[in-house]
Amino acid sequence: MAQENLLYSKDHEWLRVEGGTVVVGVTDYAQHELGDVVYVDLPAVGKELKKGDPAANIESVKAVSDVYAPVSGKITEVNLNLNNTPELVNQEPFAGGWIFKISMTQASELQELMDAKKYEEYLKGIAGE
Amino acid sequence: MKKTKINEAHYILKGKMVEFCGWDLPVQYAGLNTEHMAVRTTGGIFDVSHMGEIWFRGREALPAVQYLISNDASKLQPGKIQYAGLLTENGCFVDDLLVYMMNENDFLLVVNAANLEKDFQWMKKHTARFAVQVENRSEEYSQIAIQGPVAEKLLQELTDCDLSAMAYYHFAMGRVQGLEAIVSRTGYTGEDGFEIYFRSDAATASKLFLDLAEKGEKYDALPAGLGARDTLRLEAKMALYGNDIDDSHSVLEADLAWILKLKKGQPFIGQEALARQKEEGIRRKLVGFELVDKGIARHGYPVFVQGKEFGAVTSGTFAPFLKKPIGLVYLPIENSNVGSEFQVGIREKMALAKVVETPFYKRNK
Repeated sequence: MAQENLLYSKDHEWLRVEGGTVVVGVTDYAQHELGDVVYVDLPAVGKELKKGDPAANIESVKAVSDVYAPVSGKITEVNLNLNNTPELVNQEPFAGGWIFKISMTQASELQELMDAKKYEEYLKGIAGE
Repeated sequence: MKKTKINEAHYILKGKMVEFCGWDLPVQYAGLNTEHMAVRTTGGIFDVSHMGEIWFRGREALPAVQYLISNDASKLQPGKIQYAGLLTENGCFVDDLLVYMMNENDFLLVVNAANLEKDFQWMKKHTARFAVQVENRSEEYSQIAIQGPVAEKLLQELTDCDLSAMAYYHFAMGRVQGLEAIVSRTGYTGEDGFEIYFRSDAATASKLFLDLAEKGEKYDALPAGLGARDTLRLEAKMALYGNDIDDSHSVLEADLAWILKLKKGQPFIGQEALARQKEEGIRRKLVGFELVDKGIARHGYPVFVQGKEFGAVTSGTFAPFLKKPIGLVYLPIENSNVGSEFQVGIREKMALAKVVETPFYKRNK
């Protein structure tokens, strides 16, 4: 289920805005679809990304999935805990399973994202397909 | 999409359904890793009704089978099973299959779902001169695999066959929950286990699957899907047609010389090419590898040997029981020894891999 006070992308990333920085992870729906996560390929700190660029990869037994930069900016921190405990993405997708932090260059891009209510509706649309 | 007669049971058990070779089948129920571990430690129950059943009947059933396959079916006796290749003239694979000898004039060949129609046409075309009836009866048969250390105890609750007396790659005709069935000690997981073939309506087939799942509970056995089937077979280094074996790699290149009987005393399709290849030596070989660097090398990822691209990973996954990334790949013969290193392109990175002994996983007997 979606959490309040977060923003969501159509690629099932969540964003927590902390001033000019955004914390990014994948949603509970995404981790469930991925299945057991065994490896997270983290971006390099300092890497500059445009909105929509692949930023990280999540490897589950089943498949590999891209995590895209939901906004443009520079990677300021990555969750190094995922190197040894990638299963945090499954266990705590909205907390200990966060993936990277990015300092925004265009805060206006946040307007294109969904709030919790809109994301829930978006998920219902997917389930109905 | 085609539905197996067990389809309803998958929905009742809340399987996550996907299309596989045109069939609506569960990729998982509780989760791939959970199901994989269950099969290695307790048991798993799989619907494999999509597999094809082709019968060879008639006075020349044996010579017809012998002409088509790489192994020596004359070594079979009623109640015995053999793994074999169905080969092209070049000694490559049309498919891989199991041959069940019912009696001297009656054989059952179990083939891959993806190849069923191709195999059936191939078999009919190449056995026209034999006194044999080749019949595709796949639609009639359901197939359930019960795999893992508890498989014998679990299935014994529902069958009158004496499973403890059944050896590996043997079968018996018996009853499972009153249904006439072929019960064989075979599987595609690297564990002990059984496969049962039976004919019934959909309601009966679904009920049998649900009953097995329910009776399995006290043994901690679980219904298991296609995802676990794939990771289990790969840990045990069992080839998958379309990935590891196909019509451009030979039996010898696939490292399956044990199913090739060049001197079986009857000519067969692919024999000449393979005899020649055996004499000249192969130039590439299917080997198992472990990824040294982090990541997972998956099917289709490019492979580089001493900096030069050489084909692609044929199968690769994170092995849930061994807890490491493994895979299969064809390598140049001079680079195929255990310990040889090569690289796999994983997105923009090059990951180091090394050849290891196979099977990756072998059960304690």
